[in-house]
Amino acid sequence: MDLSTFVNVSLRLLEGFGTTVQIFCLTLLFSLPLGLIFSFASMSRFTPLKLLMRVFVWIIRGSPLMLQLIIVYYGPGLLASAMERAGTLNIIYEFAEYLNSFPPLTATVVAFSINYACYFSEIFRGGIESIPRGQYEAGQVLGMTKIQIFFRVILLQVIKRIIPPMSNEIITLVKDTSLARIITCYEIIYVGESFTKSQGLVWPLFYTGAFYLLFCGILTILFGYIEKKLDYFKA
Amino acid sequence: MSVLDVIGLKKSFGKTEVLKGISFSVEQGEVISILGSSGSGKTTLLRCLNFLEKPDDGEIIVNGRSIFSANAKKPSEKDIAAERLHFGLVFQQFNLFPQYTVLGNLTLAARLRVHGKRAERISAVAEIEEAALSTLASVGLLDKKDFYPCQLSGGQQQRVAIARALMLSPEILCFDEPTSALDPELTGEVLSVIKELAARNMTMIIVTHEMAFAKEVSDRIIFMDEGVIAACGSPDDIFSGNAGERVNKFISAMSK
Repeated sequence: MDLSTFVNVSLRLLEGFGTTVQIFCLTLLFSLPLGLIFSFASMSRFTPLKLLMRVFVWIIRGSPLMLQLIIVYYGPGLLASAMERAGTLNIIYEFAEYLNSFPPLTATVVAFSINYACYFSEIFRGGIESIPRGQYEAGQVLGMTKIQIFFRVILLQVIKRIIPPMSNEIITLVKDTSLARIITCYEIIYVGESFTKSQGLVWPLFYTGAFYLLFCGILTILFGYIEKKLDYFKA
Repeated sequence: MSVLDVIGLKKSFGKTEVLKGISFSVEQGEVISILGSSGSGKTTLLRCLNFLEKPDDGEIIVNGRSIFSANAKKPSEKDIAAERLHFGLVFQQFNLFPQYTVLGNLTLAARLRVHGKRAERISAVAEIEEAALSTLASVGLLDKKDFYPCQLSGGQQQRVAIARALMLSPEILCFDEPTSALDPELTGEVLSVIKELAARNMTMIIVTHEMAFAKEVSDRIIFMDEGVIAACGSPDDIFSGNAGERVNKFISAMSK
């Protein structure tokens, strides 16, 4: 192995790693707020909404992320062509065609965001339900509104409690991004494999592990830092 | 004129009727202790007064103005938020906000009510902080203002909770078994803060199991039994042995 091959492989992998990081960041960006909304829905006092949410979470958590990726990416196209054959060219057809025009990265982020939002929603729900009632009641008797109580009193205590399970889930997300290659998203594993196919090199694939390790190492340090930052109070 | 009139208050949880029509009045500056065995409805009564439970029936009147009536239309959350400020409540479990300092606990709610222009807000916040510091001094914890609740003893936490409730300048301050979660050697400091408030003419309703304290500090004692007021009178009346069999039984059981 000469240096120029190594540099070339490194640069190409770095490019793929860029996509990996992109999937990671976009998924977090969408799944965190979505997960919070899901958790509220699954705690809703409006029973139909609660049941609907819980069934949805069951379906998403109960089926492989890989399958969900395939459905999100190929599903709209299959639906559109089926409708075309049947001759029903209505608004649903238009919409399916529109979804079908999404590039692999978009489909990946959509599937990942929904999947992770469901996992996060259960962590959030656990965290929110673990805060003693007294905290809400103390806020209430002081004349605070429900929204004030949630954002000023409850949220930080929830965050403190859910940091360990969240860091677990988020580190899993780093490695789950590699699933995106099955819908031809050029993330780092995809690029690594391409060297095996085109040049018979296997080591670039192994080399990708270093990128994951580095990324997860940084995240571990970051979560340790946040945990320490929130150490000043007990909740 | 009485500060508080409670008329025919009723509350059920499912099929269990916890309050079966409670009526009493509280005069300005009066200290009332509510005694009774657990399950008698004492805590539910306090929670109804503080809008933590919605009574099924009855009326609550503060300073001659009805703030809750089962017959009136359902009050909005905003109305409740305003009306509940007549009352302060000190919880058995303190319920301080762990992520705020002692000073932060005292000022948080008041700061959230500050509105207006920047200059006005700044001066309002300064006033709130000043009030908080003097309130904190009155419970003897000025030196702990920058501590977090987890750094304080149970007794100190409860004194902070009392200071926090006082920040609302409530017309009536309620205590729900304020010393029940404390080690015996820590109850004294909390009780003496309450005694001091009594000396300063604070109107208070205290649910407690501290018999000696209730006898000493109260102007009037309400004895509750199975959702009704079984006896009501001065401490001397209640502890005289002539207030009925249930009362005597309870007092002798608690004094053991």
